[in-house]
Formats: sequence, structure tokens, C-alpha cells
Amino acid sequence: MDLTFSGALEIAGLIKNKEITSVEAVEAFLARIDAVEPDVHSYINVSADIARERAAAIDSRLSAGDDAGAFAGVPLAIKDVLSTRGFPTTCGSRMLEGFVPAYDATVVERVNDAGTVMLGKANMDEFAMGSSTENSYFGPTRNPWDLERVPGGSSGGSAAAVAAGEAPWALGSDTGGSIRQPAALCGIVGLKPTYGLVSRYGLVAFASSLDQVGPMTRSVGDCAALLGLIAGHDPCDSTSIDEPAPDYLTGLDGEVKGMKAGIVKELSSDGIEPGVLERFNATVKALEGLGVSCEEVSLPSFEYGLSAYYLIAPAEASSNLARFDGVRYGYRTDLESDDIWEMYDETRAAGFGGEVKRRIMLGTYALSAGYYDAYYAQAQKIRTLIVRDYGRAWDSFDVLVSPTSPSTAFKLGEKMDDPLTMYLSDICTIPVNLAGIPALSLPCGLAEGLPVGFQVMGPPLSEAKIMNVAYALEGVLGFEPRPPLD
Amino acid sequence: MAISIEDVEHVARLARLALSEDEKETFRRQLSDVLEHARVISEVDTEGVEPTSHTLPLVNVFRDDVARPSLPTEEVTSNAPWAADGAFRVPRIV
Repeated sequence: MDLTFSGALEIAGLIKNKEITSVEAVEAFLARIDAVEPDVHSYINVSADIARERAAAIDSRLSAGDDAGAFAGVPLAIKDVLSTRGFPTTCGSRMLEGFVPAYDATVVERVNDAGTVMLGKANMDEFAMGSSTENSYFGPTRNPWDLERVPGGSSGGSAAAVAAGEAPWALGSDTGGSIRQPAALCGIVGLKPTYGLVSRYGLVAFASSLDQVGPMTRSVGDCAALLGLIAGHDPCDSTSIDEPAPDYLTGLDGEVKGMKAGIVKELSSDGIEPGVLERFNATVKALEGLGVSCEEVSLPSFEYGLSAYYLIAPAEASSNLARFDGVRYGYRTDLESDDIWEMYDETRAAGFGGEVKRRIMLGTYALSAGYYDAYYAQAQKIRTLIVRDYGRAWDSFDVLVSPTSPSTAFKLGEKMDDPLTMYLSDICTIPVNLAGIPALSLPCGLAEGLPVGFQVMGPPLSEAKIMNVAYALEGVLGFEPRPPLD
Repeated sequence: MAISIEDVEHVARLARLALSEDEKETFRRQLSDVLEHARVISEVDTEGVEPTSHTLPLVNVFRDDVARPSLPTEEVTSNAPWAADGAFRVPRIV
């Protein structure tokens, strides 16, 4: 059995039944990381020594008969946007090179409490801004299915790590598709939870009204398990929903017969690659085969979703990233200056990469005097129309479906000189974030050897339902998430 | 929507970003492209539509005013590029 291509639930079972130790599991993944990291570069920092120590400690606790958590000893990758106490957290930026947080993000605390063992911090587009992981200060990640191609982004490191067998599962974050699009391009499962279901405490902020942390896994079962670990109220995040999270794993029974799915016309026709569309249509057929009635639905305001997003998200980012000024943490310019304004300007000029500067500029412009109403305020009203379009759809449908990404993985460098074309990669995933609803991407086969993702969206807090639809589909699609990497 | 070099310089000043001449020209062109694409939203009739800043029906979230331990000063300043005597240091401002 190849441990590195086993799921997290399976590994948890093996450790629990004493068939393997946590140290063995961790060593298997570290060996795999050594073997493929020079090609793939999924991680910014691998925490090999810490992982070995922690695994050994967990093994001792288990042999002593202690309860070391539901996922005791199971390895995990964590996107480098989440604070990890005592271990570098860079956000893919020169600005935070060498930054060592003084506290853990709430989600990190929760996965630690469950006994998981962090293998390292996964690569990402700088400050989670991008759709290809090419904007990382530490160099790009490559797609395990084709090393000439991008893994998607911004959680491209997490997606590639799971796809390449460098971690059984990973945490990512999703502001406009940053979990789902890389999951689609790397052939794994990725879920963006309902806004407020998962704590943002210790998540480095990009666009605070859109950001959510979520699971990236090899199977829907693992997705439900990881969501179960991180979901639930956190007093440290004032936007956290104060309700108990259900047990997602027991809800997976594949009973979807009689459900109604709406095929979102605006996200599944124009501009979608033929190969993607073919897999999408085949998956809709499979869904019908499971007894789900599928019917096209038009949500007209979605046409404006991308434009609204690329005003709202940069506006929030320009405000959030004001904190990086070279005073309290992070990079400061070497320039000797007596002028604090010059120190700020030069620190930010050298600390941020091109895409981050572009979004700060765009957001500052959208918020500036004279343009606020035409851009930012109007975008927020469009956001209301998108929320209403979804609301109407839930009257007639249990879930909505679309392709996750308009294309399969594109080549490195292909879109780097044209930001607008890069932004169009997010067209299918963005409306979900604007409305704060949950959505999942399920691998639904290959188009010319590259993975295609099938997006399932549902009303607020319907994670159990969308995962169940994906679970039923997973059973009939029979996709094996293993790239030809060796 | 074409924006000028002067617009770029004004926004860079607001955002506290020093830009090279090359960057100014690149951003002028790229921001114009993105804003041109975003212009479609001005065609939408939003008369009487309330803006959404947040998707949760939250108003104010309070907690009890109970003192809790906070991080020690050494830890808080440990990531600062320039700190001394438990304080962050910056160029003279007064």
C-alpha cells in the first residue's frame, strides 16, 4: 500500500489500529516531499523536525493508551496564510519573510487539538492574490499533472501537495475561488464554507468580508472530516456564526434521489473550454443518473460578478494591507531615511510584489474621493443583486452546479502579463464569495490529461447537502486523483 | 476608462507606495483595462438597491468586559525590524 496516496481517514484508521505509527506516516510523506519537491515546490517551509518530534510524542501517548485526538498522528499541510505559533508564516511575501507568529490561528489550534501533525506551510500567491501561485515571492508551484502548467491559485501549494502525495490533506483559504480553482486544476476536492462557519482569527486578512478557510482533500469523506474539525463558533472572530456545527461525516449517505439541481447558465456556457464543458455535461448526466433532476437556470446579475469582485476585494485589501508599514513586523527598507513617510513608501515598494501593488492601487482608486460611488458603492449594490439571484434560485433548487474553472490548468507565464485575463480565471467561483454561500469543487475527470472540476453550490450552511451530492457523484465517477508524476 | 499618470501618482501617494516610472506606466495601462472592464456595472439599474458590505445578518457582537492575559511585550516586539526598550522604533516624527 502506498501511504502517500491514502486519504486522511484511512491513515487515521491505520494509526488507531496500530498497523502503522504516526512516525511512519510522517516519514513516508517527508520522503515523498524530498522526492518531488524539486519539481513541484508545494511548500514554502517544510517543518520536518517539528513534525518528527510531534509524531513521536503522539505515538508515545497512543502506546500509553491516551486519547490523542480523532486524527492523532495524521499529517497535514497548512497554507502559509495561517498563523502558526513559533513557525514562519510568510503569506508568500517578502514583506513577511522571517515573520514568526506569537499565536496560532484558531483553525490551526483546532487541527492540532485533533492530533494532526503539520508537515509544512504550503506555497501561495502573495497575500492570496492570484489564480496561479506564480505571484509567490518564493517561486511558483507547478501542477503535478503537468509540470509546465500552474496548479491554480491562490492555494496552489496546498492543492499540489495533496495531488502529488506530499500531504493527505491540507487547509486552504478562498476569497474569490482560491480553494476551489486550484482543487479543480489539480484534481482534488476543495470546499469554501459559508462565510462565518470557520474562524478567520489568525488568517492573514485579504478581503475580510469574503475570506474563508476550508479543506482541500483527496476525497469527499476527508473533506467532511476536516471541515468538522475546523467549523464552529470562535469568540475571537466577531463574524463567526454562533451555532454548533453538525457532524458532517455521518451525513454522507449518498441519498440524493429526488433532489433538484440548477445548472447556472451564466457560468456554464460562454467562455468555457470545450473539454471542460464536455466533462461538465457528462457529470450532469451522472447526476441525473442518481435521480437528481437537472434544469438550466439563469442568474442574470452574475454577468457583473467579476467586475464587482475586482472592485470590492481590492478595496478591502488596500485597507487591510495598510498595516504592513515596516514598524511592528515584517520587512523594512534598508534605505537610511529620517523621513517616516519615505520609510513607509520605500518599505511597501520593496516588500510587496507586482500583483499586490496592483490590487492596492486598484482598491485605493475605487475608494478615493470622486470614484467611491461609481465603483465601490455600485459594486456593493451589484453584490446585493447577486445575493438576491441566489435567494430566488433556492426557492426552486436544492443545489446549483457549474464548472469550477473555465479552463484546465494553463501554462506558467501564459497570463502573467495580462491581469485582466488572469482575473477571468475566477469567473465561475466569484459569485459564491460575494453571496457568502458554501461551494465545493469535485474532480470529475480529465480533459486532454488535465483535471476538470465540478462546482456544487448551496444555500448558506448547506455544507452537509453539497458534500452529500459530491459524495454520491464521487461514487459513480470513479476518478482516481493520482497524477503521472513519477 | 483611461486613467492618467497623474491619477496613478495620486493613488500611489494615498496608498503609500513608491513607484518607479516603469511601474507608473504599467499600472496606468493595466488599471485602465480593469476599470474599462468594470464599467459594465455602471449600466446596471441599482435604484433603490441597498449595498451589501457583509452577508451575515450581524449587527454588533459584544463580549463581557473581562480582563484576559495578553502577549508579553518581548513577544509582541520580537518580529519588529527595529525595537528597543519594549517599544517599536521609527524615524523621528516630531
